[in-house]
This record gives sequence, structure tokens and C-alpha cells, in this order.
Amino acid sequence: MTVTTRTSARARWYKTSKRLAPFAYLSPTLVLLTILSLIPIVMVFYYSLMDNVVMNPDPVFVGLKNYVEILTDDVFHTALFNTLYFTLMSVIFHLIIGLSFAMLLNTDAINPFTKALFRVIYILPWVFTASIIAILWRLMLNPNGVINYLLEWSGLISQKIEWLGSRQVALHAVTFINIWSGYPFYMVSLLAGLQGIPNDMYEAGTIDGANKQQLFRFITLPQLRPIIISLAMLDFIWTMQQFTLIWMTTGGGPIRATEVLSTLTYKMAFSSYEFSLASANAFVILALSLFVAYFYVRHQGATNE
Amino acid sequence: MNRKFVSLWLALIMAVAVLAGCAAPAAPSGDAGSTSSDTAADTSADTSGGEEVTLEFTQWWEPELPEGEFRALMDEFEAQNPGIKVELISGPYSATKQQVVAGAATGTMSDVIGLDGAWVSDFVKQGALASLSDLMSEAGFDDSELAAQIQLNGATYMIPVVNFVYPLFSNADLMAAAGIENAPSTRAEFADAAAALTNADSNVYGWVLPLSLEAPNGIQNDVMAWVWASGGSMMADGQPHLTDNEAVSSAMEYIKELYDAGVITPGAFSMSEQDKVEEFTNGRVGMMIDSLAHINLIRERNPDLNFTIAALPAVEGYTGARGLPYASWGIGVAESTPHKAEAWKLVQYLMSEEVNSKLSSIANAFPGNVNSTPDFVESDELFGAAFDIYQAGYPANEFVGLPVAEALMRSFDEQFQLYLDGGQSLEEFLTNAQEAWAENF
Repeated sequence: MTVTTRTSARARWYKTSKRLAPFAYLSPTLVLLTILSLIPIVMVFYYSLMDNVVMNPDPVFVGLKNYVEILTDDVFHTALFNTLYFTLMSVIFHLIIGLSFAMLLNTDAINPFTKALFRVIYILPWVFTASIIAILWRLMLNPNGVINYLLEWSGLISQKIEWLGSRQVALHAVTFINIWSGYPFYMVSLLAGLQGIPNDMYEAGTIDGANKQQLFRFITLPQLRPIIISLAMLDFIWTMQQFTLIWMTTGGGPIRATEVLSTLTYKMAFSSYEFSLASANAFVILALSLFVAYFYVRHQGATNE
Repeated sequence: MNRKFVSLWLALIMAVAVLAGCAAPAAPSGDAGSTSSDTAADTSADTSGGEEVTLEFTQWWEPELPEGEFRALMDEFEAQNPGIKVELISGPYSATKQQVVAGAATGTMSDVIGLDGAWVSDFVKQGALASLSDLMSEAGFDDSELAAQIQLNGATYMIPVVNFVYPLFSNADLMAAAGIENAPSTRAEFADAAAALTNADSNVYGWVLPLSLEAPNGIQNDVMAWVWASGGSMMADGQPHLTDNEAVSSAMEYIKELYDAGVITPGAFSMSEQDKVEEFTNGRVGMMIDSLAHINLIRERNPDLNFTIAALPAVEGYTGARGLPYASWGIGVAESTPHKAEAWKLVQYLMSEEVNSKLSSIANAFPGNVNSTPDFVESDELFGAAFDIYQAGYPANEFVGLPVAEALMRSFDEQFQLYLDGGQSLEEFLTNAQEAWAENF
């Protein structure tokens, strides 16, 4: 009797441990994700529902008041518009430039040494950190900097342009800097994709009478589509959160010309000490990122199937 | 089964290790990674046993001083006060600010903190700073030798240890070439000098005005300086007073005239203080309002630059004392520290006549103790001149002690840029700035 009970207990324990085993294997990751992602997200959401946390020793629950305040604020609307412009233009031009350079580096028309040299040159912007990029471009775009000098020397402009100091030009200038710094990621990924397209497909297309444009449209683009969609979605999320580059070049100015959601959040938190408003703002950024992330995950799932 | 069982346990152990790693207690007090509360706990245990107290002192001063000099002062303090050790936690200004903000919020501030006057009001509101008035009276300290104290609600929360004043720097060679003999003393003289110095074809301009929104201290040092130099004020009865204020409106109008006349270096809206100094050092600008702390930097970068220092120009006919913008290395004590008496000893040591003279000498700053005299006043002609200006005028910085001072400068900066850019009138600018400020009072 005792032996039977002991055996069935052991069998139960074996079954239970077998059921729990996958969770145990996952537990290091789950613990880290909980500590590093889930808890901060929950805390920020909690902060966003309170009357100014951190600065107020006894914050009170105010519900969605902070969200209503920021969503009805003109500055938030400006920052949202600027963020979307900055992000969309960056993603579009990253793709165009990245794909163009990738195709250039994939062609047989250039000898291997030249190709290797240009690979190094084209990838350089990606090597620099955001702060180095900001300092570099601040110097070059200074009214007395090399860009204005070259444009004046070549007769393209008659007077100096305040690239980062003019509210008409500043947003385009920081977007341009971001495009310059981000295209190599596309280039490298798309080059790998291009090298993976079987040559047979192009040969078959050529035999069928397709010209270069048709080969690009009906073979290259469809083959690169999964990579392009993944890159664009990831880039959208990353670019929307860009802070260092804008903060170090313009600080969100002149006036509010380059104010984006990340700089606005920083100012709310560390300049105005409005941590609850900043949390609500950060949560809006998270919601926008999640929206795109949802499509990314769906697309990844569909690709895997 | 055994392998599976072992793997399962290994995975569990890893998970526990991860948890333990994340929740591990902070390093001992000697470690830079320790928090103030940990240190406080450690040290209070030590003190109860009659052993030494370790004071944490967070500041941005050490990296800005010649290597080893500030630590040497702390070693001297430790030698004079057996049983008290000082652990310096040093970083750049902005990193220190974030660390102190986080410390104030979480009650883990270091025992002694380096402060900027612009932060004081917010920390006092949070109850993070101890009243130095109480500590002074407990220690029987005579505060008459302190040059200034930053007070709120009748109590002192910050003492400026050393002050960096912002006089007018002029490029003597450019001035001579433009036929200007003396540094301008009035606004009209300054406008004439700026116009004479400006030669856009050679990339030389009369004045440089940094208005970057990243660090909007140009509003304090380069814009409001014009108001204070003529004895004006931007405040009235502790409230913002930007509208219906002749001192403020005339100064803003004056700067707009300079801007429209094209005598200000292009790129003002995105220019930082560092850019300003760079423009002056490279001989591309005739005049700038800047900190004395940059004299050595300018000399190092361009040893051939011949420049002079003068008081800030005032409105015509003004004969009163001229306000001189200043920035301080202030000091305060955390309310949460269990070692207030020891912390005050450190403050008192830094404010003593001899040590304050030494510190101001190595920092190229003016002392916070009225009896201290830095070495450079005697040995360096430029610093000597600056000291005379300092003593003839008065240190003026109305942003010190204001709530969210940096946010006030930034909101003023935005409206000012819009005004300079022609986007709004003077009245609209001042009304909008007043409204933006009033929300914070």
C-alpha cells in the first residue's frame, strides 16, 4: 500500500515537473523581461494616472486627466506632427537610398576592389554614435560651416543659411541628418537579400523578354518584400523614439520647429519636473510604437507560416 | 529522466540567480555604485559603534578643477576632522543634475550636494534639502562672512561656495581695427561698437547671442543681463513682472534692434554657450558676455587673442550699481542624511576664509566668503579687473531660487526667438512669456 502511494506520488511529481519544465527553461528570460520591461511599463502607466508623482510626496489618482491635458495641448500636436514627418521621411529615404546603394554594390559592373571600398565608405555613417553625428553635423551646418561655404562657393546660395537655426529649415535639416545616419542599416540588410536572390530567376526573366525595369519590378522587389517590410517597421519604431540626435542639434528649437515627442517628454520630466505628464506622453509614444509593432509581429507570423 | 531533471533544476537556479542579481544589495559605501541610503545605513551603524562617518558628496566640480586638487582639499578636511571621511561622487553638470533629481525623488540624495541655484526651489518643495539656517544656529556659526545665501520661506537652503561672474569680453585687436578705443559703457555705445565691428564678408560680427533651447541659460547670462546691468528686475513681489516693465521691454527691444541690424553672429537660435566661446576665441566676434571661468580656456585655445574685460553696458544716464550675472557652485545638505552635523562641518570647512580662497583660486572664481581673496586677483591683470567690476557692482541672477528655473528660461527663450524672428510683437512676446511663467508660480 505504502509502496503504491509512494509510486503514484513520484509519478505525479514527474508529470508536474514535466509540465513545468518549459516554464522553468523560460524563467530566466521571463524574469528579466518582467524586471526590465514589464515592471517599468506598469510603473510609468501608474505614474501617468497620478497627480504629479516624484515631486509630490502624496500623489493622488487623477485618472485620464494627464492624457486629456497632453492630447489637447497644441505643443503636443506640433510634436506629434514633427515626429510623424521626421519618422516617415526618414523611413522612406532610408529605403530609397539603402536600396539604391545595395543594388550598386551588388552589380557586376564594378570591380570587386572598388565595391569593397565603397562598402566601407557607405557604411561609415552607421559606425558613428548619435552624439558624434550630432556634433559633426552641427559643425558642418553652422552658418560659418563647410556646407554653407561650399554652397556659396558653387554659387547655389547667395547668403548663409541657418540650417539648424531657422524654423523653416531646421526640421528638414535634422531629418536629413537622420537619413544620412540610418541608411547603411537598410543597405547592409538589402544587400544580403539581393545576394540571396537566385540568378536563375533573372535568367528566366531575361529569356522571357523582360527589360531591366521589369526584372527589378517583378523579381527583385517581390523577393526583397519581406525584408523591406520588416526593416521599415523596425525603423519606424526606432526613429519615432529618436532623442539624442535632435536634442544635441537643436534641443527641439528654434521655437518648436523640431520638437518631437521624445524631446517634449524629456523637457516635461527634467525641466518642468512634470513626471506624470511626461509618463502620459511616454505612454502615448509606447502606444504608437505598439501599433506598428503589432503589424510587424503579424507580418513576421505570416512570413513564418 | 535524470538529464531532464538536472536541466530543469539548472534552469530554476539560473532564474533565481538572475533574480538575486537584480535584487542584490548595493555595494559597500566605498563603492561608487552605492546609494546614499545604503551609505547612510552603513555609516549610522558605524557611528553607533563610535567609528567613522563617511559623507557622500555629489557634485560636478571635481572634473572641472585641475586633477587631484579637490580631492586634496577633502583629504585636508579628513585630517582636520578625524572620524569623518568624504567620498566624492563626481560627474558632468547634466549627469549630476539628473542624479540629484532622482535622489531627491527617491530619498537617496547624497549627504552633501553640489547645487545650482536654479534647482533649489524644486528640491525645497520636495522637502529634500535640510535648512542650513538650523544647522548654522546649532553649530553657532556666524553667517556674516557669507557673501550670499539662497533662502526660501526665511530659511537658507543653499550657500554659493564660489561664483562665476559674466562680464563683457571684448576682442581688443578687432576693437582697435574698428577705431574703438574703450569698451562700451552704455547701450548706445555698444550698438555703435557692434556695428563698427561687423563685417559679414569677413565673417566677423559685433556680438554673439546663444539662444539654444537645449541649454537655455543664454536667457539668464546674455539676455536678462541687460536688464540687471541697468538696475532693472524681471520680478515684483516674488512674482514674474515681464509686462508693463520698462526695464525688461527696453532691453528686449534693444536686442531686437541689434538682431535686425545684423550685428549678431548668425545661427543664434541654435547656438550654445560653448559655440559662443568658440566664436569669440576664433576672432569671429568682437564682444560677448561670458563667464570668467572661460578665460583660461580662451587663452589655451588661442594664446594670441588679445582681449579685455569690462562691466556690462547700461542704459544712458544710469549711475547706480550694475548687476552682473553670475552662476554659482552652491552647496546644500540632504534632509535625509543622518549626519547633518558632520555634513555641516564640511560646508563650514569649504566656506572658511582660507579654504574658500584656495578653492576660488583653483576654480578661477570669486569667493563665497567675503573675507577670502583668490590668488589670481593679484597675479592676473584680467582677473584683477574683473574683481574690481565685481566689487563695484552686485551679483545679479533672479533665476536663482525660482521654481523650474530652467523651464522658465526655455519658455522665455521660445517666445523671444519668435519675437526676434518677426513672428510676434514685443507686447505679444512679453504677455505670452508672462503667462507661461505665471503657470509655475
